Amino acid sequence: MIVTTAGALRFTDFSVWYGARQALHTVTIAIEPGIALALIGPSGCGKSTLLRACNRMTELVPGTRHTGTVHLDDGEIHAREVDVRALRQRVGMVFQQSNPLPRSIFENVAYGPRLNGVPDGSELTDRVTEALRRAAIWDEVADRLDDPALALSGGQQQRLCIARALANDPEVLLLDEPASALDPGATQRIEELLYDLRGSVTIVIVTHNLQQAARVSDRTAFLYDGRLVEVGETSALFTRPREAQTEAFITGRFG
Amino acid sequence: MSSIVSPTVLGAPSGRRERRVPGGHELANASRTAQRRQRTDRLATLLIWSGAALALLPLALIIGLLLVRGSAALSVAFFTELPDLSLPSGGGIANAIAGSALLVGIASLMGLPIGIAAGLHLATHPHTRLSRISRYLSDVLNGVPSIVIGVFAWEVFVRPVGHFSAWAGGLALAVLLVPLVARTTETVVSLVPVELTEAALALGFPRWRTSLQVVLRTALPGIVTGALVAVARIAGETAPLLFTAFGNAFWSMSPDEPIAALPLTIYAYAGSPYEGWQTLAWGGALVLLLLVAGLSVVARLATRRQLSRVGAGR
Repeated sequence: MIVTTAGALRFTDFSVWYGARQALHTVTIAIEPGIALALIGPSGCGKSTLLRACNRMTELVPGTRHTGTVHLDDGEIHAREVDVRALRQRVGMVFQQSNPLPRSIFENVAYGPRLNGVPDGSELTDRVTEALRRAAIWDEVADRLDDPALALSGGQQQRLCIARALANDPEVLLLDEPASALDPGATQRIEELLYDLRGSVTIVIVTHNLQQAARVSDRTAFLYDGRLVEVGETSALFTRPREAQTEAFITGRFG
Repeated sequence: MSSIVSPTVLGAPSGRRERRVPGGHELANASRTAQRRQRTDRLATLLIWSGAALALLPLALIIGLLLVRGSAALSVAFFTELPDLSLPSGGGIANAIAGSALLVGIASLMGLPIGIAAGLHLATHPHTRLSRISRYLSDVLNGVPSIVIGVFAWEVFVRPVGHFSAWAGGLALAVLLVPLVARTTETVVSLVPVELTEAALALGFPRWRTSLQVVLRTALPGIVTGALVAVARIAGETAPLLFTAFGNAFWSMSPDEPIAALPLTIYAYAGSPYEGWQTLAWGGALVLLLLVAGLSVVARLATRRQLSRVGAGR
């Protein structure tokens, strides 16, 4: 396993408000480079907000404000000189609902590199090929790169979206319930892919599926009501939770 | 449910639970019920069919009458010559066809970019104060009678310069065009899933490139269709042209002078005492109808082609 040294995320006393409603309360958490962190907790607990704060997608909601800091490696991501576009290329994102653009398979993956000024030609083709390989979908699409992306199955579309994010060669990959709309077979492929990606990119994954969190992550963070209740090694958190709330959640007593 | 209603009452639902072998009179009842239902069904079908036919009848009559009376006027001269009272045929209406093209062209060049830009803004920033106000105003503008738009255009574009002109006519049509296009554009653009916008933004696309390359490109077929339908609609407008473009019996392609237009020619010649000119009016009406119908068909085809190609092509 190649362990990357880039892609460390550090939230310090980080709070987020949507208008008057506070979605995150002074969250402090450090995510080491190259690990896979699962975010678990009941609906509305702030998992997605924490995830979307990593690449400043929270700002798309009008009336959002925050306090505290988020560091990616050594830089504060909200600093004035930070280019949010460059940030989003370093921190890729995959959504709950697969969202390929209505273009060809190739075009979808080429979007990121093209935006970075990679001209059409062998370099672009190489970047696309490598991203599709890393996302474990190359064998299924190699001979039909010009087909519409929307013709792929749901699971393939989701892996294509992962490939699209990987084509920017990001340091961090954010996934917001990436398998919740997929059947068990497709879910398994995504999980295997995430397992293989560990070490080469920092992964933060929101999931409602606790077994999935246990399978794909090194560390797990439990959020409740906008607060970080507990974070630790996945195996430890699921077998010996320190907090009563965590135990109640993972044993299915609420949430 | 217990059987309160006797099954001998025609059409009453039988609530019987227990299974029984039906007796002779019950079978007769059942078949009578079936017959009654069949009659009701036929009657309802007939009523609906005749309602639909009645609604389409005026359209069929208009098209039929236009084809019969209008096609009599069509000839090479009709499309190439000017109106001429000395000829029994009345000459042609080349000036009106060309004038309508110029007027619609001016209106489209001015109205379509503004309307599409406004619609794009309404769809991408739906809740800002500017959007709320302009959405309301464009609905109001859509409801303003076109003759009022004509009076407005006369006051603003004709009176200050002191004469009628194609500019004034085109501007009046553009005023009609903007709210139509803005609202259809808003509708089709807001149909673009928000997930696509998020996908592009998460890849590092700036807002403006997301709007242009993802949102606009995805919604383009719908925008084109909306624009074509709106252009077809204003091409047939008469009232806004009465005191702006005014009409012109002679050949003019100068935007600074009064200009002929198909609807104006139809209006003027249909009421004239000369049979040749009345025939010209019929012919003009047919040409106008074909132009508008043609634009609608093109709009339909464009949409269908795009729909079947969604996502295809690199």
